[in-house]
Amino acid sequence: MKAILTLDNLPSGLVTTIWTPVFIAIFLAIIAYAFWPRNKAAFDEAAHLPLREE
Amino acid sequence: MSQPALSKSMTSGESGLAVVFAVTAFFCLIASAKALDAPFAFHAALSAAASLAAVFCIINRYFDRAAALPPAEINGRPNYNMGPIKFSSFMAMFWGIAGFLVGLIIASQLAWPALNFDLPWTSFGRLRPLHTSAVIFAFGGNVLIATSFYVVQKSCRVRLAGDLAPWFVVVGYNFFILIAGTGYLLGVTQSKEYAEPEWYADLWLTIVWVTYLLVFLATIIKRKEPHIFVANWFYLAFIVTIAVLHLGNNPALPVSVFGSKSYVAWGGIQDAMFQWWYGHNAVGFFLTAGFLAIMYYFIPKRAERPIYSYRLSIIHFWALIFLYIWAGPHHLHYTALPDWTQTLGMTFSIMLWMPSWGGMINGLMTLSGAWDKLRTDPVLRILVVSVAFYGMSTFEGPMMSIKVVNSLSHYTDWTIGHVHSGALGWVGFVSFGALYCLVPWVWNRKGLYSLKLVNWHFWIATLGIVLYISAMWVSGILQGLMWRAYTSLGFLEYSFIETVEAMHPFYIIRAAGGALFLIGALIMAYNLWMTVRVGEAEVQRPVALQPAE
Repeated sequence: MKAILTLDNLPSGLVTTIWTPVFIAIFLAIIAYAFWPRNKAAFDEAAHLPLREE
Repeated sequence: MSQPALSKSMTSGESGLAVVFAVTAFFCLIASAKALDAPFAFHAALSAAASLAAVFCIINRYFDRAAALPPAEINGRPNYNMGPIKFSSFMAMFWGIAGFLVGLIIASQLAWPALNFDLPWTSFGRLRPLHTSAVIFAFGGNVLIATSFYVVQKSCRVRLAGDLAPWFVVVGYNFFILIAGTGYLLGVTQSKEYAEPEWYADLWLTIVWVTYLLVFLATIIKRKEPHIFVANWFYLAFIVTIAVLHLGNNPALPVSVFGSKSYVAWGGIQDAMFQWWYGHNAVGFFLTAGFLAIMYYFIPKRAERPIYSYRLSIIHFWALIFLYIWAGPHHLHYTALPDWTQTLGMTFSIMLWMPSWGGMINGLMTLSGAWDKLRTDPVLRILVVSVAFYGMSTFEGPMMSIKVVNSLSHYTDWTIGHVHSGALGWVGFVSFGALYCLVPWVWNRKGLYSLKLVNWHFWIATLGIVLYISAMWVSGILQGLMWRAYTSLGFLEYSFIETVEAMHPFYIIRAAGGALFLIGALIMAYNLWMTVRVGEAEVQRPVALQPAE
């Protein structure tokens, strides 16, 4: 019987499969961070940053 | 000159760099003597001379300076380092005019081939990379270095890291341009589009670029502002990605360490894929991310309005980072590249519509409440029109990446038109706008010498762009349709030379558009020169009235 998963293909197969959901999860986390209500004040403040002259 | 104080001594950076350059000069001299080909001998001699000049400059600067290095703060306010920014701004304008001029020359060569003069040095094949490198890397690169050094200092409220390092970056980068550009004219090329410089120039660029990254990072690390402003994220992505792309695309084995010729490690379709992974991400991270950083700092600043949506800017940034890196295969449709890879490249290119337009909307909407300024401030108008061109070319690009569209557009002038709507309209205009802001700021002037001249520049250059891109659209689609036209008997309807003849009028219109763009840049250079020479100095507010921050 032909093994579908072998020691040879396991690590690379796992890595190439897993990065898609991992990247999607990271990206969703970034969106959550951007829209998290508690961060709003800090981001509104940051939007004014170029206008604060030194 | 002030008498050197007793405690004055060279910093380890000064002495170290002087020694390194002295040793480099010696080895370059040997390489020049043992060179296998004339261009390599010339470049080695040039490098030896430049190294000696660097030693002289370092020592001279040491004798001229005070015992203590410039302080990071004066009276509690950051003591910004503007010298390297001034240098890069000047070089940007210089290379911009050179690059636009060479562009006009090669556009004229396409319309009137006699202008090749039958000389190797002035042939289209050598001048074309000179044009692309001069406008992208020399003009655009200097604009990015100048603005990034300005924005990172101002938005972190801290002096630029390093004493000699920022100067090493700006001068070293321009020396790379010199080696690359003279190399093209002498026939030195590794024949990779937008990565033509040979191995020794690539090695030098790597050293300069890593130093650039370190200066930028070190400045961010010692920032006084807790938040890292979004423009710095874009600049950082640009610097890091260009380093990775440069290393990935250029591993090469020189035939001899005393010769200019080398062979790239990759072969066949892998080489093609690496090349366009590099090529498209150079578009994505050099010509997009870097200049978006300019958009996110200079437009709010000039319009005196906050960024429309800071949240959108964060999503804009990360969406570009996640998507752009996969778009390269669309340069290799219908080639030996596996079909699934082509489709992958096309799919990611189409997905790029969303972040691109999100970013464009964010830039344009920053003007809400300040739209009236478009009537009175031509600099803001240049910046805003650049964002409109960004939206236009990032709509056109994904469309052209669709395989059926690409089957018509690829290898035709449509591509050239698309590239120039991005390069002239987006990158060119956002750079002009940034320089119009930056020069009065760093030279401490109240404003520009003449806003009227900015207005002239804007309209002349806009007309030039319209002529250029509309000529190339018509020419490209005409060309593509002629190539695929069959007679009722199944023969190709047109010979190749008939398509060339059909394009001739459009080539003349294109050259006229390029000439207008160049005239606009000359007006700009005069305006900036006069701003520095005769512009009224900005009166500094008394330090005592500044609130302590």
